[in-house]
Amino acid sequence: MLNYALRRFLISIPIILIATFIIFWMISLTGDPLQDMRQLPNITTEQIQRVRDMRGLDDPFYVQYVVWLQQIPTAGFGEYLISPRPIGPDLQRVLIHTLQLVIAAEVIAFIIAVVLGTLSATRQYSIFDYTTTTLSFIGYAMPAFWFALILQVIVIQIFELTGVRILPLANLSSANPGTGLAFVWDRILHLVLPVMSLAIFSIASYSRYMRASMLEVVGSDYVRTARAKGLREGTITRRHAMRNALIPTVTVAALSFGTLLSGSIVVETVFGLDGMGRYLFVMIQSRDPYPIMAVLVITAVVIIMFNLIADLVYGYLDPRIRHG
Amino acid sequence: MTEPLLSIEGLVTQFDTPDGTVRAVDGVSYDVYPGETVGVVGESGSGKSVTVMSVLGLIPQPPGRIAEGRVLLEGNDLLTFSNAQLRKVRGKDIAMIFQDPMTSLNPVLTVGSQIAEAIETHAPDLEDDAIRKRVVDLLALVDVPNPDDRFDQYPHEYSGGMRQRAMIAMAIANEPKILIADEPTTALDVTIQAQVLEVLKRAQDETNAGTILITHDLGVIAEMADRVVVMYGGRVVETGTVEEIFHSPRHPYTLGLLSSLPRPDTDLERLEPIPGQPPSLITLPSGCAFHPRCRLGNNRERCQFETPELIELGAGRRTACHFHDEMDEQVRLIEQATGAQIEIETEADDT
Amino acid sequence: MADTSPHDGPGASGAQGLPPGESMHDSSGQPATAYSDGTEITARSQWQMFRRKFFRHKLAMGSLIFLAVVVVAAINAETVAPHAYDDINVQMASSPPTFEDMHFFGTDQLGRDYFSRVLFGTRTSLSVASIVAVLATVIGTTVGAIAGFYRGWLDAILMRLTDLMIILPALVILLVAAALLGQGQPTRIGIILGLVLWPTLARIVRGVFLSLREKEFVQAARASGAGDLRIMFRHMIPNTIGPIVVNMTLVLASAIIIEATLAFLGLGVNPPTPALGRLIDEGRSAMRTSWWLIVMPGMALVAIALAINFIGDGLRDALDPTQRER
Repeated sequence: MLNYALRRFLISIPIILIATFIIFWMISLTGDPLQDMRQLPNITTEQIQRVRDMRGLDDPFYVQYVVWLQQIPTAGFGEYLISPRPIGPDLQRVLIHTLQLVIAAEVIAFIIAVVLGTLSATRQYSIFDYTTTTLSFIGYAMPAFWFALILQVIVIQIFELTGVRILPLANLSSANPGTGLAFVWDRILHLVLPVMSLAIFSIASYSRYMRASMLEVVGSDYVRTARAKGLREGTITRRHAMRNALIPTVTVAALSFGTLLSGSIVVETVFGLDGMGRYLFVMIQSRDPYPIMAVLVITAVVIIMFNLIADLVYGYLDPRIRHG
Repeated sequence: MTEPLLSIEGLVTQFDTPDGTVRAVDGVSYDVYPGETVGVVGESGSGKSVTVMSVLGLIPQPPGRIAEGRVLLEGNDLLTFSNAQLRKVRGKDIAMIFQDPMTSLNPVLTVGSQIAEAIETHAPDLEDDAIRKRVVDLLALVDVPNPDDRFDQYPHEYSGGMRQRAMIAMAIANEPKILIADEPTTALDVTIQAQVLEVLKRAQDETNAGTILITHDLGVIAEMADRVVVMYGGRVVETGTVEEIFHSPRHPYTLGLLSSLPRPDTDLERLEPIPGQPPSLITLPSGCAFHPRCRLGNNRERCQFETPELIELGAGRRTACHFHDEMDEQVRLIEQATGAQIEIETEADDT
Repeated sequence: MADTSPHDGPGASGAQGLPPGESMHDSSGQPATAYSDGTEITARSQWQMFRRKFFRHKLAMGSLIFLAVVVVAAINAETVAPHAYDDINVQMASSPPTFEDMHFFGTDQLGRDYFSRVLFGTRTSLSVASIVAVLATVIGTTVGAIAGFYRGWLDAILMRLTDLMIILPALVILLVAAALLGQGQPTRIGIILGLVLWPTLARIVRGVFLSLREKEFVQAARASGAGDLRIMFRHMIPNTIGPIVVNMTLVLASAIIIEATLAFLGLGVNPPTPALGRLIDEGRSAMRTSWWLIVMPGMALVAIALAINFIGDGLRDALDPTQRER
């Protein structure tokens, strides 16, 4: 099991290398990364040339790529192009924020989806089933950014009507968030709308899988056996059906973690959150290759880690995998 | 004989399909007495499984529906029971063994816990230790080696035959009055079948349960059954003791089944296969459902238009054939044509 | 390795693609029961069966009609729209949806008619999405077919690419690509999206081809001396058309959403061409007073994506040979 996970991890390394190489190449295609710097007043051609020489910007892109690779073991993700500040601290900060958002969304989406999918499957063709299924189709067709804006519009309209601010509309914390529990509570309130926006697509997607696999399991021979034993329907659903139906749903949830991460770009933009997605977006616009590369590598590593966790959960749920 | 433990009376089970309503079970009646084994034979789609599933209320509704009949367990009609009442019967008074041991056990739970569950449901006050001990004893009874270790193993760690024996252990865990085995050996290798039947017989002796053994394998019937119910197209077409059925069948379909048994003792692979296919319930033939495949009927008008009633020939001896009095002649014809005896050895002949 | 990894599971399609299994309209999807033996269905041509089943799928049919109306209206936006998309009318500024002067979706601060702007934006979205769907389908089918037919290095690359798509989500790649290469005309955006969104279909086609390769009729064609191309085009592609078409609808729907997302982020089609995503973005500045500027373009977007998904769902049901007619 662990062996398998380790192998998966090792296989991912060349893929990350190739991906970063391609991205590096694409960045190099877009022309001058010092464009913004040239706009600065008081900057001389010599200063710009000095930066170019220092960072090897006149070398071919593959040489630059190798330089980037070589400095990783010692310098981590390196420094910004324009100002000689290390990227690491910024990256750490935005990563933590994004993980708070994304993990909360993933966990909440998973729990809601499992409940909805199970109820829908055990009440197939009921009004509840039709309603959740219809809503899940809409959730599928709805862009995250629009849902996020709709939530904002609703909160604003409530404020216009009643004068009550039910939830904060932007940022990760209030101006004076306090410390300890007060800080945590403040953060939670700030994350409610972003998490809802991000989770909606996953709820739609996972609940469809859960419903489909529950329907399959409910018709299985071992559920019939359980029924023939005289178990209650509730026990059958919880003990026999759900556990089996969770297996494919867990896989889907794990593989969709990347989708959530990309969704966070949009959600962070709408809510003005200081997260990795927005950071990437800003860096792309300034065409600074090192931070872009850093975000890509971190994204890949986070997704791989998450897949490993999913493999472990998978093994826990399915003894055939555990022993296999 | 004493009173029957279980009486199925005029049971009709229907399914709504896109092509109309289908009577999968059409007026089936038979009894089961304590300690005896009733073999139910028939091709797939003959309604033999649907009958017992109806008894336990395991028919998915909809599309299924039990339209008519009574199922009396010691005088109480199970069809009038509420779900909660039925649950107390399932696994306690009536237990069931299913066809495919590969899929009938939950792959993510240990075998021991699945058997323990059957006990716990019906005896919630029992201590965990006591339940575990009981399960280990049961596993030992059905010849699972190292039962204490095997308790904590998962179904995929069991062999096919072992899984089916565990299913038997699960079925007899609450000493049921009625044991239903639905094709218990069909999915198994021939070599394993004998072991499983052996264990089944032992389990039955242990509990003195009345047993319904559903199979399409007459060899299994010969080995295990006391009485036989032959089903075709959702109806009972012949009943009798195992000797009666094997020595002097009174329905051409039964004769067909007997003649299509593999015959290693003759030159022929089998004496006389039944021509044609089992009927589709949606387009069940008119009159006697068997008539298109029947050599005895030979497309006589009566067979085509008049559905034969199940008539009583003697105590427990019934047939649904218009021309059952021609059966002796028919048996002789086949025996002459093939130079072999129809009857095969039954368990009863040995004793 | 990739052949056995759970990556090959149904979820690997990532952002795009509806989950498999029960569709929402399967009124015939009762669990299999004991009567399942041999129900004869009179032989009818597959095409007839398909048509019958699809036409009976009410939601899919309704969606098809809706989409047809939208497409026709969008193509003829100049004549259909009650106003020009950049017509400024200060008298009617910031009007909520009203029938007066045919401002069905309201107007913005400059009094521009949002219904007209949405209609023109829809045209942009649909043209980008069509390019994406065609491109992704052509590339995906070709690569999938070759990989499934010959296995070999192309197959290996395809599987690695699938792995890549899992660890680097499509939107991240798109963001980089669109920001760096793509801004500008709809065609350019469409090509970039198409170049990123094909691997899902390639994997599906590969899977079908792998199983078809072993089928008797393909073996027979091979035995009778048919060339590779003939086998692929005459025997295998026709049997893959179902999944290809269904996937095409899914790509279409997700392309519309992704295009809107990029436009929202300011990475899409250049102004002044209206795009649904950018219309929504423009509405943000007046969120407090003019909610319709956000709600209306988004509703249009969701309605179109939903309609395409329903059509895909209907196609899937109609093409599924295991599902019987109702």
